[in-house]
Amino acid sequence: MEILTAILTLGALGAIFGVGLAIASKKFAVHIDPRLEKIQGLLPGSNCGTCGGAGCFGFAESVLSGKLPVDACRVSEDEVKEQIAKLLGKKIEKKVKKTALLHCHGGNKRVKDKFNYSGIEDCVAANLVLQGPEACVFGCIGFGTCARACPFGAITMNEEELPVVNIDKCTACGKCVAACPKFLFSLAPVTKTYAVRCKSRDMGKAVMEVCAVGCIACGKCEKACPTGAMKIIDNLAVIDYHICDNRGECFRVCPVNTIAKKENKDWSSVR
Amino acid sequence: MNIGQFLSIFISAVFIYNVILSRFLGLCSFIAISKETKPALAMSLAVMFVTTMSSVITWFIYRFLLVPFNLTYLRTISFILVIAAFVQFVEMVIRKISPPMYRFFGIYLPLITVNCAVLGVAVLNVDMFFVNGKAVAGSFWYSAFQGICVGLGYTLAMLLMSGIRERLELCEVPEAVKDFPWALLSRQ
Repeated sequence: MEILTAILTLGALGAIFGVGLAIASKKFAVHIDPRLEKIQGLLPGSNCGTCGGAGCFGFAESVLSGKLPVDACRVSEDEVKEQIAKLLGKKIEKKVKKTALLHCHGGNKRVKDKFNYSGIEDCVAANLVLQGPEACVFGCIGFGTCARACPFGAITMNEEELPVVNIDKCTACGKCVAACPKFLFSLAPVTKTYAVRCKSRDMGKAVMEVCAVGCIACGKCEKACPTGAMKIIDNLAVIDYHICDNRGECFRVCPVNTIAKKENKDWSSVR
Repeated sequence: MNIGQFLSIFISAVFIYNVILSRFLGLCSFIAISKETKPALAMSLAVMFVTTMSSVITWFIYRFLLVPFNLTYLRTISFILVIAAFVQFVEMVIRKISPPMYRFFGIYLPLITVNCAVLGVAVLNVDMFFVNGKAVAGSFWYSAFQGICVGLGYTLAMLLMSGIRERLELCEVPEAVKDFPWALLSRQ
């Protein structure tokens, strides 16, 4: 008898809760976008977080609500990205590969020295001493901090003590951009042929005194550029790569060879 | 029912018989979520809510179902059943009513279902406030209050531990005892 009451009581409790929960789940059902699950199914599921979302589920939610671009997942293959884009009726914008670009080609031949430096052979350390031993305070110090920072071995130092970027090896990770104490690196599209290889914001005369190839802000390139991509900003020529279409007028008119042309994947050639 | 009783429940549940530090209940979530203060606090709030509500519900189950039918030996299984069903229900309701709150509590609620601290409070209430199968005067209020106080004790332990562990992140720790072993060591 006692067993029976026990079974009945517990059974009743279980049944009541079961039915109650079943009803509740119907009543409080939340509509979830079926695409969410599909996107999640396509993702690698490693929850690495490099996309900027909180795990793969967070990424799927953000993509659905449009907060993150469709192809933000760094781990997925291109096919998977296209499937996700198809699911959402969006298109993936083709991205152009970028590469690190050094905005200085002074080197030890063309830039004078301010003093003899004999401290730690590191740009960050040298930069602490009167902003480095080079006469140009904007230019490359040449101790290869960027080359050591590059995880892909894409940067080597040449005989002029200037870093040379191997465009094939460069993945545009941005480590060198962060490592350079003079902020000389930027990431430029590999499709562009011409580059201003100077970062000096000094007036023309001051630049000429210390460097043979520094930008003197004469403005010839700005006038010569038919597209308007070239601008002189703070005594320095700057190319807007969104506009530039590789005409090379700036390269031909530059009187001090600040503007370089990329040849054989090498930025170092000067007219 | 008097104020002194409430005070003694408070002091014993929060400080003397702290659910984590003295009774060693609910250690799983305690170790898992005490890495940073913010989620630790969120978890603590969720636990406090569930301990309080489950104290109330299990009191009703015990008083009006198990005691009259002489089934007090079924308390463990029936309490588990009640708590699990209740937490499930709360999760559904929160999910429907307030998505931000669901995101805040949602991941912790399933963890709480199987948290022994919650069952511990229910069993403790029954042990303390039912004498010879009869409810002590005011036992309902004592039970509910003990639920709150155990939640407070859990919060206290969580805050202390997360504070310690946030500091430990900056310490040099031997490779062999990193993360969980170190957390277990530091709670001693």
